[in-house]
Amino acid sequence: MSEGAHLRQPETGQPDASHKAILYLEGLNVSFDGFKAINDLTLYIDSGELRCIIGPNGAGKTTMMDIITGKTRPNSGQAWFGQTVDLLKLSEPEIANAGIGRKFQKPTVFESHSVAENLELAMHGNKSVWYSLRARLSGEQQALIDETLQTIGLTENYHQQAGALSHGQKQWLEIGMLLVQKPHLLLVDEPVAGMTHQEMERTAELLTSLAGKHSVVVVEHDMDFVRSIANKVTVLHQGSVLAEGTMDEVQNDQRVIEVYLGE
Amino acid sequence: MFITRILQNDRGGQIMLAVLALVLVLVPVLNLLVPEGSFLHMPTYLVTLLGKYLTYALLAVAVDLVWGYLGILSLGHGAFFALGGYAMGMYLMRQIGDRGVYGNANLPDFMVFLNWKELPWFWQGFDMFWFAMLMVLLVPGLLAFVFGWLAFRSRVTGVYLSIITQALTYALLLAFFRNEMGFGGNNGLTDFKDILGFSLQADGTRVTLFALSGLALAGGYLLCRYIINSKLGRIVVAIRDAESRTRFVGYRVEHYKVWVFTVSAMLAGIAGALYVPQVGIINPGEFSPLNSIEIVIWVAIGGRATLYGAVLGAILVNYAKTVFTGLMPESWIFMLGALFVLVTLYLPQGLAGLVQQFQAKGWLQRRAAA
Repeated sequence: MSEGAHLRQPETGQPDASHKAILYLEGLNVSFDGFKAINDLTLYIDSGELRCIIGPNGAGKTTMMDIITGKTRPNSGQAWFGQTVDLLKLSEPEIANAGIGRKFQKPTVFESHSVAENLELAMHGNKSVWYSLRARLSGEQQALIDETLQTIGLTENYHQQAGALSHGQKQWLEIGMLLVQKPHLLLVDEPVAGMTHQEMERTAELLTSLAGKHSVVVVEHDMDFVRSIANKVTVLHQGSVLAEGTMDEVQNDQRVIEVYLGE
Repeated sequence: MFITRILQNDRGGQIMLAVLALVLVLVPVLNLLVPEGSFLHMPTYLVTLLGKYLTYALLAVAVDLVWGYLGILSLGHGAFFALGGYAMGMYLMRQIGDRGVYGNANLPDFMVFLNWKELPWFWQGFDMFWFAMLMVLLVPGLLAFVFGWLAFRSRVTGVYLSIITQALTYALLLAFFRNEMGFGGNNGLTDFKDILGFSLQADGTRVTLFALSGLALAGGYLLCRYIINSKLGRIVVAIRDAESRTRFVGYRVEHYKVWVFTVSAMLAGIAGALYVPQVGIINPGEFSPLNSIEIVIWVAIGGRATLYGAVLGAILVNYAKTVFTGLMPESWIFMLGALFVLVTLYLPQGLAGLVQQFQAKGWLQRRAAA
């Protein structure tokens, strides 16, 4: 079986972000049974940027994530990762291996595995069947696990079953699982939903510390949280970009106030 | 050592394999060395009965691998078992030679009866033991590979997959019933004489087949445990718990499913091949959907996702079946159903779960200390 061969390939290089942007979405359209979930959406994410995306329910935030990760195919439009990777031609695992990691709205960790095993499974590298049968953790991989546990603050939970973690810890573990994939672009869907205030602060620190090394896109409802991390905010409404700018600019935009903030 | 490393943290497996090793030594001694009149002598029919249970246990381990760990409820594993059995049966038929009723050295009896003039192409090569053994692995493996590839690539899961596995084994049942298929139709393959030149009626052959069944079970168990302990095993469990998450992490879920499903089908094929020379017959009844469901019940009663639970379940349920079908033949199917319901309601982890519960309460330790 040579299924791993074409999967390993995209890993060999960084996505070509020579024109500053790492993600290009241009003229995307998606409709479900006549309902236009995404309507001529055009959006660019710069390399190393931390971008927040907000918008009322049904604005198309999750659908946009689905397109980027290959779960949903658009009816028309383009999606490029860097200059060279056409996301619309790749499957979900191929996109993951090309360097786009996604954290889901509902935390989904592998509940019956330990915290460290969760990171082991998520780690970048050869993902083929025969290789996995013989795979052992190398020193380098072990170091990456230790380092990531440090970053997400779960070092003490190394052997704990992931299913037994608190809600906030699961969210961090999931971010950790993204990190060990060594992604260039992180898509984070509602990271602080259901978190306590303290947990929220820690998450904000975590995400800001990731920007720069990675490009991070955060979809979030919580305005306080968005204000605490974002320097650039994009507002989605009815499947397209309504406004873009700093939190203050966006908040003072008359259209945004009408559809979202003023409600 | 390799084996001790595999069995690390597998208390149940250690105990199971130790008991198996003891039985594998004791049974041949009691049968072959203890004289026939003695109280301790073990009659040959009992040896063969135990051998049959051991092949069932291997089959249950194969089902536990896909059901317990991968989360695929296969209700068609009897088909792989039967195909392995048929491959062995075809070799045994060719071994009969000219000792059949019609005395035709080139054709099995049922073909002479059907007025066939020569051996069909798919019977070629089955007079060679190594070829037949290769087919025992390849035929179930290939079917599982093709079936799995089609089903898992289209992301068929859950109940729908279980239903098509039932359909698969039922389709094979109907096909093998037909005389024109060339597998003996309704009657199947039987009247076997010998294997590799050894008479199937001889005590020595029977004990050897019993021992081989035990060794196959031990080997199959260790193989499955090795797979589960590897990173591949952790990925497989991840697929069971959160399939789409595993896909987003970058694993090709369908490759893993096909791989494990194929390995499991091959183990089932081996079990079938060891079963047939011991019971002396293979017929289309082995493809019956009910058989496949029974296997799942053994595993459920023994305890899913433990492997040794599958062995325990298969042997206990089949022992009960032997006893109760002797006492009250009609009632067995109802008892099996009731047992399944009771286990599902009160012992969701099966018998193995019961043992673990006691362990958790420190019951076993305290008894050991006393």
